[in-house]
Amino acid sequence: MPIARRLLPHPILTAMLTVVWVLLVNDYSPGVFAFGLILGLIIPLITAPFWQDRPRVRQPLRIVEYGLVVLYDIVVANIEVALLILFKRNRDLRPCFISIPLELTAPEAITVLAGTITMTPGTVSADISADGHALLVHCLHAPDGEAVANQIKQRYEGRLKEIFE
Amino acid sequence: MTLLAEILVSVLIVAAGFFGLVGSYGLAKLPDLMTRLHAPTKASTLGIGGILIASMIWALMSGHGFSSHELLITLFIFLTAPITANFLAKSHLHRRIERRESLPAPEDGASWATFEAPEATHRDEPSSIAAARLRGEQE
Repeated sequence: MPIARRLLPHPILTAMLTVVWVLLVNDYSPGVFAFGLILGLIIPLITAPFWQDRPRVRQPLRIVEYGLVVLYDIVVANIEVALLILFKRNRDLRPCFISIPLELTAPEAITVLAGTITMTPGTVSADISADGHALLVHCLHAPDGEAVANQIKQRYEGRLKEIFE
Repeated sequence: MTLLAEILVSVLIVAAGFFGLVGSYGLAKLPDLMTRLHAPTKASTLGIGGILIASMIWALMSGHGFSSHELLITLFIFLTAPITANFLAKSHLHRRIERRESLPAPEDGASWATFEAPEATHRDEPSSIAAARLRGEQE
């Protein structure tokens, strides 16, 4: 359907903008919704040139599952990091950099993965390799860097792969 | 507002305050920049999250209706916190040149993106002009 595609180049962005607008106004009347929808229709049209090679989202429902997993991990992360800060002496900490080879290729997917790594247990993503095939991650306390890399790969990268590729 | 809701809101605020405090304490206690980066990106996320959930429950229970701004604050924090941390980490990598050798290399032999930036010759030269000049030199 080329006409629908041209008028609605990015349906997920349209839905997202409408929802964010309604939440921003914090008022659930039809007028607010209509204005949000107008913004949601116009902005993707204007910004379409920026989204040329965006990946298809294969399974939108898996995004919800991913979000819940990440939220749970963030709560666990906070408690773990709080315990490390409070009860671990600085000289017992084993901070280190690890390199995580990437199977993801879409820039959007890698961005989500890097953001997730920063928000979850004791890890901050610091850099990406120049060819985009590896992430540089700093761990707050990782006696076994290999295990951390494996956990990130199967817990997050596997799920993102199903969503984006 | 019922007693139960009041207790719930109080518990959330106290817990959030505790995690915020731990985050600030970590910022002061941890030894160097990269480890310090962990304290504010994590411990304070739950601190802010707890306050926001408490705020939503309070608005709901005290007759102000459902308030959605807290959800948006959460969304924007999740968008901005990793980017800020990433920029801080990158500038840290540049300032500590001697640590570059201690970094693990990517497996396929490439180097990390932040070290691949082209050398600028003129300090204030816009990148587009620099790129054009480099192309000219190559020809």
